[in-house]
Amino acid sequence: MVDSLLRVTDLKTRFHTPEGIVHAVNGISFHLNEGETVAVVGESGCGKSVSMLSLLRLIPTPPGEIYSGTAIYRNDDLLKKSEQEMEDVRGREISMIFQDPMTSLNPVLTIGRQLTESLRLHLGMTQEQAEQRAISLLEQVGIPDPSRRLGDFPHQFSGGMRQRVMIAMALSCAPSLLIADEPTTALDVTIQAQIVELVARLRESLHMAIIWITHDLGVVAGMADRVIVMYAGYIVEEADVDDLYDIPSHPYTLALLAALPRVDRRRDQRLKSIPGAPPNLLVEPHGCPFAPRCEFVIEQCLAENPPLMSVGKNHASACWVAVKTGLPR
Amino acid sequence: MTAHSTSLSVPQPADDLATEPLTLWQLGWLRFRRHKMALFGGVLLIVLMIFSFGGAFLYTEKYANFNDTSQRLEPPSSEHPFGTDSIGRDILARTIYGGQISLFIGFVAVLIETILGILVGALAGYYGGLVDSILMRFTEALLIIPTIFWLLVLAKFYGGDVPEIHIANRAFSGSVIVIVLIIGATSWMYLARIVRAEFLSLKEREFILAAHATGTSNFEIIFYHILPNTIAPIIVSSTLSVANAILAEAYISFLGLGVQPPTASWGNMLDNSVKYLDSAPWLWFFPGMLILLTVLSINFLGDGLRDALDPRSRVI
Repeated sequence: MVDSLLRVTDLKTRFHTPEGIVHAVNGISFHLNEGETVAVVGESGCGKSVSMLSLLRLIPTPPGEIYSGTAIYRNDDLLKKSEQEMEDVRGREISMIFQDPMTSLNPVLTIGRQLTESLRLHLGMTQEQAEQRAISLLEQVGIPDPSRRLGDFPHQFSGGMRQRVMIAMALSCAPSLLIADEPTTALDVTIQAQIVELVARLRESLHMAIIWITHDLGVVAGMADRVIVMYAGYIVEEADVDDLYDIPSHPYTLALLAALPRVDRRRDQRLKSIPGAPPNLLVEPHGCPFAPRCEFVIEQCLAENPPLMSVGKNHASACWVAVKTGLPR
Repeated sequence: MTAHSTSLSVPQPADDLATEPLTLWQLGWLRFRRHKMALFGGVLLIVLMIFSFGGAFLYTEKYANFNDTSQRLEPPSSEHPFGTDSIGRDILARTIYGGQISLFIGFVAVLIETILGILVGALAGYYGGLVDSILMRFTEALLIIPTIFWLLVLAKFYGGDVPEIHIANRAFSGSVIVIVLIIGATSWMYLARIVRAEFLSLKEREFILAAHATGTSNFEIIFYHILPNTIAPIIVSSTLSVANAILAEAYISFLGLGVQPPTASWGNMLDNSVKYLDSAPWLWFFPGMLILLTVLSINFLGDGLRDALDPRSRVI
């Protein structure tokens, strides 16, 4: 029996903008066990980052507003904590690494200063202890000559090295949950592989759960236990990683998989793309948000937004067609 | 978790350059050095400080305030190199002690201005919304009242009978402290707006989000994460403000509302010389020249710093 670490129910986040209300996250529910890795995939602007930032309460309010839902972490609701209590959670219990390592480190503070901050903050270490720990952290993430590099500034590191520093910072207090917001997107392919390998290795040694936000289904396959597919602020499919690739049960997932470049595809074939664009989140969707771009659309899709329905063991899909007749393969 | 069992065995990219990369300050110095006028300004300012503070070893303050009515309005001579004033005081000695007061006022007033400006600007820019509205409307309200008016009213109101203060065996007219506070309190508004603008853009940067994500408190983010990023414009603005503060002291003292005699300042020495504009030009020439040189050198210095510390100027 595995312990549940995080259970999110009906999380809704919206932004009040001059153009109107943007419905970024529209009632997502999911759970995460201790030590489990869940990948969240979807194209840009589908609410992946916003929902995770909502969990850490890092949404700027105003204009942002988390207006519904609970997020039970261990036994406490993250959404009900005071700002002060959240400061103890962030970096200590739940850490986050961001997409672009080039802009995620403060350019005027040394690496050592930034690394030791949360150690002193959360673990109450002295500067000396924190520096010792920082050196061993940099060693673990594969930075050569760490004791000398503590005094260096971010611009003295390459992109991949900076992402390693970011990872060292995020893991400094041995959090139980790491939220990785597209940590490899800004890096080139060989460095991506190194970073993925690094995180996978650290996951084993720290026994932490990971929420890995990405739009790279290739990374997902090697890393995740389960996959959550998001579209327009909704979870449209949730499945164990093998099931998602074997029996995808939402037209959007199908389309995403079809859009993957494949080694065994003939070279004169063009990459498939999904026709149309993601919906305008300013207007509340009527019916299924994917219906306008869906090739299997039926009448019910236009009238009623499908909830997440079970289509198998640990496998759920928000698609009328998939539940009723099954998607054609 | 030993280092060797876990460290990655992939080849590391060679990010070790043959030479150490330059820090912001080293880069700044390289650029500053090429700015000849700024170097000149810096050197001149140091000379003026040596004159004002080192000169105290040549003449005592007692001598600077000693009046010998038999020696009134003497032109420059070997005994009194800068001449004497209307009640027979040695002008060289008075410019030395007056320089201390003028420079002291310039630097301390700017210190107050900088602290106020940073506080108001940082809080307004960081918190935004209502806090920003209240602080900025207040700042604007102060800005629309001309500074000279502020200075005169406040100096007249508070400058009356302030007791003398004694620091390090020396007596200062209490008016010095009043002037410092007044100048500091009436000049922070521009700096506050600069700092606010910097904070508005910096707080949206990803590394600030990352700092939030590691549980850093607002206080630490404001003062340890954002403020160091705004240090260049603050240094430039503050440097130029020193010149303005010295000028402000000069003109309120010139109008008789500033530093009260017998404590000398370059400003109140000018005040005493008005009646002798043609008959004894040395009365105004020396203090006037010193104010001019000080303000000029600070402005050159500030200009050089602006070019040197601007992160967008990449030329070395």
